[in-house]
Amino acid sequence: MKARVFVTLKSGVLDPQGAAIGAALGGMGFDGVNSVRQGKVFEIDMTDTDRPEAEARLDAMCKRLLANTVIEDYSIDLS
Amino acid sequence: MKSAVIVFPGSNCDRDMAVALHEATGAAPAMVWHKDSQLPEGLDLIAVPGGFSFGDYLRCGAIAAQSPIMREVADFAGKGGHVLGVCNGFQVLIETGLLPGVLMRNATLKFVCRDVPLRVEEAQSAFTRGYMSGQEIVLPVAHHDGCYVADDETLTQLEDEQRVAFRYRDAVNGSMNDIAGILSQNRRVLGMMPHPERAVDARVLGTDGTPMFRALSEMMVAA
Repeated sequence: MKARVFVTLKSGVLDPQGAAIGAALGGMGFDGVNSVRQGKVFEIDMTDTDRPEAEARLDAMCKRLLANTVIEDYSIDLS
Repeated sequence: MKSAVIVFPGSNCDRDMAVALHEATGAAPAMVWHKDSQLPEGLDLIAVPGGFSFGDYLRCGAIAAQSPIMREVADFAGKGGHVLGVCNGFQVLIETGLLPGVLMRNATLKFVCRDVPLRVEEAQSAFTRGYMSGQEIVLPVAHHDGCYVADDETLTQLEDEQRVAFRYRDAVNGSMNDIAGILSQNRRVLGMMPHPERAVDARVLGTDGTPMFRALSEMMVAA
């Protein structure tokens, strides 16, 4: 099974990198960009065949390593 | 005093830490590789050094925090052991959950590498009792991800419980409340971004770090 895990900063957490990217886009002439938030995508290829089990394992991976839940949210897309 | 320094792939202040501990205590610390699953017997202090463990991949300190030895370090801290985390070591202790909050990319986005003035906010700990509360000292910093962030509740708790050990005199990296170092609730775990181990020799970078190592050494001997 293949999964995509999205890790994004919680709203309210300062994102200076996203802000710098947003400023760069503005400087390049891309008008109307209100804000940019930078996150991470993980593409995970796993041998699991049982969907609920895979979801539970991915959830544990997110909680224990992929995301720092103090500042980050995560979502799992399992195909 | 018996101490140990944890070494990860990418640690680069482990030897500085070893020199500082050796000079203050008269005994060389055990250098413990991250894949080891056991700590030496009878330790008084564990130091988690600075550097770029695992290349700072994922998040600074996140992968090191999952190393086999860190379970032992967490156990040691849980039993009331003293743990000092400096720079990347602070990031590792946060990712391990031994200290609250998070260290994010510097607000300026720049790597900051210079000597900075700090205020010792709290002399009531084994690490800081060699200083006076309110004393100003100068220690070097060298980091890209030292912006301390925590939710309001955590910040209030840290301040109310006098667990902010060091504060930057001037803004350095965007840290909330200019926090440079914090103590655990039992005051036996200290995490800090500035490098006391780089300031223990008058010939290089001054000696404002020396009181920390001397105080640790004296306390451990007395215990």
